[in-house]
Amino acid sequence: MVQETVHPLSKYLREAMIPHIWCTGCGNGVILNCFVQAVDELEMDLDKLVVVSGIGCIGRAAGYTNADSFHTTHGRSLAFATGAKLANPELNVVVISGDGDLFAIGGNHFIHAARRNIGVKVICANNFNYGMTGGQQGPTTPLEASTTTTPYGNIEHPFNLVHLAAASGATYVARWTTLHVRRLTQSIKRMLQKEGFCFIEVISPCPEIFGRRNKMRTGLEMMDWFKRASVVENFSDPSKAEISTEKLIVGEFVNTEKVSYEKFLHEKISQINEKRVGW
Amino acid sequence: MSKKGVLLTGAHFMNGDIACAEGAIVAGCRFFAGYPITPATEIAEHLSERMPEIGRIYIQMEDEIASIAAVIGASYAGLKAMTATSGPGFSLMQENIGLAIMTETPCVIVDIMRGGPSTGQPTMPGQQDVMQARWGSHGDYEIIALAPSSVQEMFDLTIDAFNLAETYRVPTLLLADEIVAHMWEKIVIPTAEKIRIVNRKKPNVSPEEYLPFMPDDLVPPMACFGEGYRFHATGLTHDEHGYPKTSSSEVQERLVKRLCEKIRRNEDKIMRVEEVMLDDADVVVVAYGIVARAALSAVRKAREMGIKAGLLRLITLWPFPQNHVAKIAGSAKRIIVPEMNCGQLVREVERAAKETSVVFLSKLGEEPHTPMEILEAIRRNS
Ligand SMILES: Cc1ncc(C[n+]2csc(CCOP(=O)(O)OP(=O)(O)O)c2C)c(N)n1
Ligand code: SF4
Ligand SMILES: [Mg+2]
Repeated sequence: MVQETVHPLSKYLREAMIPHIWCTGCGNGVILNCFVQAVDELEMDLDKLVVVSGIGCIGRAAGYTNADSFHTTHGRSLAFATGAKLANPELNVVVISGDGDLFAIGGNHFIHAARRNIGVKVICANNFNYGMTGGQQGPTTPLEASTTTTPYGNIEHPFNLVHLAAASGATYVARWTTLHVRRLTQSIKRMLQKEGFCFIEVISPCPEIFGRRNKMRTGLEMMDWFKRASVVENFSDPSKAEISTEKLIVGEFVNTEKVSYEKFLHEKISQINEKRVGW
Repeated sequence: MSKKGVLLTGAHFMNGDIACAEGAIVAGCRFFAGYPITPATEIAEHLSERMPEIGRIYIQMEDEIASIAAVIGASYAGLKAMTATSGPGFSLMQENIGLAIMTETPCVIVDIMRGGPSTGQPTMPGQQDVMQARWGSHGDYEIIALAPSSVQEMFDLTIDAFNLAETYRVPTLLLADEIVAHMWEKIVIPTAEKIRIVNRKKPNVSPEEYLPFMPDDLVPPMACFGEGYRFHATGLTHDEHGYPKTSSSEVQERLVKRLCEKIRRNEDKIMRVEEVMLDDADVVVVAYGIVARAALSAVRKAREMGIKAGLLRLITLWPFPQNHVAKIAGSAKRIIVPEMNCGQLVREVERAAKETSVVFLSKLGEEPHTPMEILEAIRRNS
């Protein structure tokens, strides 16, 4: 007799939206899996969880999560999330989005959300290109990499996302690859328990588009690179966290405490109101 | 001004921006996000002081795109929310105004019109964003825009804008000009009983039964984040579940047409005009905003001179009050449309007026039309 088996994490997924749109070997599923695993281990209240994404392949993650979720315009997930978190600080607001969404079109929102220290948690799927639109160059595309818009090799220097996040004021900054499933899950758990702005970069294979043009045709070949090149260097200088064929520095780079924007604001509001009692 | 409560009942001397801010507070706005820009800055400055003292939220975002995105986020998190800007910022907001349309987000956007295009004349008035207000975002949609003519209306219509936004789940625009925003006038803030406040319709079914985009009388009841409904919303074309349906013609037709129909079918409830001496008028001036005040005094002068003139003041610009215009077109010989632009709303007037001839009076720069200029046009056309 065939028994229907239910995946232990399926209650975290919106089954009506599945099958998902992601290609075979894509890293996005791993990221979503690690995220819901962390939510499960923390026994988070799904009714207070809001997942926000921008536009891109990974941008579909919000819709796949069985929580309140919102799929914004391209690049605006963090600005939207800022409004939602401030409006109801009890919500756990998580942004899951892409390198292009968060750092090209949405780059300005990223640095300002980090600077303000709004209590939003960000997971960025960095696949080194614009997957959804067919593999164009983006702000994290490595030098000399081939994309559909850099047929002669990329001549733009990529962002070092963990350095950018740390310099902008994030209170938690980490980088993992989709090979580091357990570490990534633990890292997401730590991030979800923190107060201020937090950022995790996940290096993620896009074999269909980026890999194909850069001598890593399958997800497995990309994972091989992660395995061969990854070095865990916790609390090393994020400005030196290189990503190259030879070396891929991962780990936690920042873990500090700083009062969040929403807490600061609500403290201010109480102070103002206390003062007025004396009038 | 005593700065304590929410409702500052009584007579005040205020400018239009401050009146708008106070109107928002009374309407129940609990979240304001903006970015400084002349001539709307005073709204933000005033709210940065007022909102915290009544336990509400003010935030200055990094730009206008962020401001409107944060407003949509706050509205989905359950708060009435507003942003305020002028032409350049309004242009930046357009893509996300489309998102608010598509996700049926109640919110208010104030655009204090200055001279454009581009940076144009920051401290000068204009009525040049009227078509941008209607068509600025891509795709087909209907939107609501109100045009105040006085400081009192900056207060009153801001409340109306919130009520309309909440009723129809549509971004609602307060389309004012620099003069109305910056001039100081006496206004009277009524007592609470005299103010009507509308809140969005909430679902009355269980989370299991709730379909976030299933209309009830064209407008779906709105659950918010954290209320246990666990819904999804997206700017993609979506079905009643809120799930993307990007290749179904049927879903696209159903959704986009409903988004238009919910406004079109309620036009009579939404639309407001002021009709002055129209019954026997041969010449009718159709005007809005600050220009309507000069038009009113021109019409009165014309009557003193024995010319049968009247005024149709448009309070609602979008949806366009075409039946009101069609009605006057049936009886009047001429329609005069003075606008502080090179000819925007006049095209709608022409469309509604059919055979009746329409005369356009354009003016750009520092001053709106003077009553004498409009009177002269009335005389020439009577
Ligand atoms: C304003 C705007 N510009 C461009 C696009 C087209 N677009 C959709 S997704 C995307 C890039 C997504 O890249 P990324 O965020 O890295 O996500 P990925 O698809 O790689 O997961 C672009 C440019 C858009 N939807 N909106
Ligand atoms: S295009 Fe790349 S990122 Fe997008 S689903 Fe396919 S493999 Fe994943
Ligand atoms: Mg990408």
